[in-house]
Amino acid sequence: MTENNPDSLLGLDEAVRPHSQVAAFDATQPLTMAAGGILSPFTIAYQTYGELNAAKSNAILICHALTGDQHVANAHPLTGKPGWWSALVGPGRPFDTEKYFIVCSNVIGGCMGSTGPASYNPATGEAYALDLPMVTIADMVRAQAMLIDRLGIDALFCVAGGSMGGMQVLNWAALYPERVFSAMPIATAPRHSSQNIAFHEVGRQAIMADPDWRGGRYLEQGVRPAKGLAVARMAAHITYLSEEALQRKFGRKLQDRAGPTFSFDADFQVENYLRRQGSTFVDRFDANSYLYVTRACDYFDLAQDYGGSLARAFKGSRTRFCVVAFNSDWLYTPAESRAIVHALNAGGASVSFVEIDTDKGHDAFLLNEPDFIATTRGFLHGAAKARGLIEKEAAKS
Amino acid sequence: MTSSPVDLPQTATTRIDLLLVAGMVAAGSRVLDVGCGDGELLQVLAEHKGVDARGVEISQKGVNDCVAKGLSVVQGDADVDLADYPDDGFDYVILSQTLQATRHPRRVLEQMLRIGKRAIVSFPNFGHWRIRWQLAVRGRMPVTENLSHAWYETPNIHLCSIRDFVNLVELIDARIVKAMAMDRNGVQIRVQAPWWAWNLFGEQAVFLLERPKRTEPGGG
Repeated sequence: MTENNPDSLLGLDEAVRPHSQVAAFDATQPLTMAAGGILSPFTIAYQTYGELNAAKSNAILICHALTGDQHVANAHPLTGKPGWWSALVGPGRPFDTEKYFIVCSNVIGGCMGSTGPASYNPATGEAYALDLPMVTIADMVRAQAMLIDRLGIDALFCVAGGSMGGMQVLNWAALYPERVFSAMPIATAPRHSSQNIAFHEVGRQAIMADPDWRGGRYLEQGVRPAKGLAVARMAAHITYLSEEALQRKFGRKLQDRAGPTFSFDADFQVENYLRRQGSTFVDRFDANSYLYVTRACDYFDLAQDYGGSLARAFKGSRTRFCVVAFNSDWLYTPAESRAIVHALNAGGASVSFVEIDTDKGHDAFLLNEPDFIATTRGFLHGAAKARGLIEKEAAKS
Repeated sequence: MTSSPVDLPQTATTRIDLLLVAGMVAAGSRVLDVGCGDGELLQVLAEHKGVDARGVEISQKGVNDCVAKGLSVVQGDADVDLADYPDDGFDYVILSQTLQATRHPRRVLEQMLRIGKRAIVSFPNFGHWRIRWQLAVRGRMPVTENLSHAWYETPNIHLCSIRDFVNLVELIDARIVKAMAMDRNGVQIRVQAPWWAWNLFGEQAVFLLERPKRTEPGGG
């Protein structure tokens, strides 16, 4: 498995040679990081779908989740699987690529072409690894804003995203209220809870405990901490599903065998499923990147940036919000979404809130949930009318 | 701020009490409709009165319908979620045909008058003579056009008469700015008719309430 070829990125080619458009920001445009330090030069890899209209008023920014990427609605360059939000983005879909210009960029700290720990550090000529400054959600958002500037877009028609993407949406609305006409924070939270941080810490410790992690310097040494990263993914994946969904899908069913082997083989289907989730994940994700993006979530506490008041983050906002939660999501619970709604109401913002009834847990935001899709379609349609992107229908009476 | 007369389009599907409620709302005001259903009233208010219209609705379908119309509606429960709204956020808080389905009508009414400067409440009058007739003569729980559920499956758990409602208003120290009662054809009962006549012949009632003037020490 170990090939001592320092030139090889061990499957992480997308980190430096992405199958995406790339916006490069040179020394004249540094990114000042919230936790200290400067990232410069840096790059953002991004995908676009649809056409920007003449008034540049139909642009939607989609923010991806923890291990997502910019490939929202096209086949993934490494796995060949359909884009992660193909259910919602495309011609005739709620995020209609025939009406809107859709942008999705890889987050700073990621491993799909935007500057992250697998990118070359110009100061050393080697990968940044842990020399990359700590990345926060706000840094990701400020970098996205620079990309949006680069694309010549003043105000976004909508910023949407689930999970960590939802955190970016909230941060966008707080940082740039005048640039966000409408916002959809989905299956997300205004801050990471103790339980959220705890699960992330388990994942990070699994990576760091892998002897191939090598203090983060594994690329130069021609190895990857694949086992640790796979275990991190397995633990995290449990939090993305509901107990009910796991039970329904796997129960205590055995994997290709008549009876238990009374060994530590993957006797149960659920074990086999998790192992597969872990092993496929390592083919497309960088372990150090996983450390960085999980840490960005852990440090997220939007209220803290506004004197402890979440309402103050949105005070006087004219953005139209649609907050979506899923009732079986125990990672970012509906109660977290209600806290967002509460703050938006207190700040006088225009807010809709829907709690979608599903047993699919946190991952429901990625799936074809009819009520979720109907809500998204309706909200965007209403916002498009208000924005003048769709002609108002003639009064029916 | 004065409310304009009812000059709204009446379609076959628009409930008569919605038009009366809408008529009590001043143009350009901030309105929260609690139990807004599919958003019919909010849409009328937004389109014809330039109102900043918000809603609370318990059913997923209702919220989806509202959001699809471009309305700002939060999925929530009047009994629980009104507590989350800040004081004085709205000019009017409306509760249309919902009071009788809440678990704590008094608390809901008090919350409405905390959140909004004024509250508009419409409800079916349980003191109407047809209802009294069904209970008194037939000895059966009343089932009418407005209250069409059998007793064992009705969501309407806190029914009241117009007199009962006026008592509650007095109990919480609110002020009645305007009151209307309608017969079964949606015709308004004469304003100068005595309460007992309203309570006997009104099938529906609509009240515009105002919170009592607070003595605010130190002003502000």
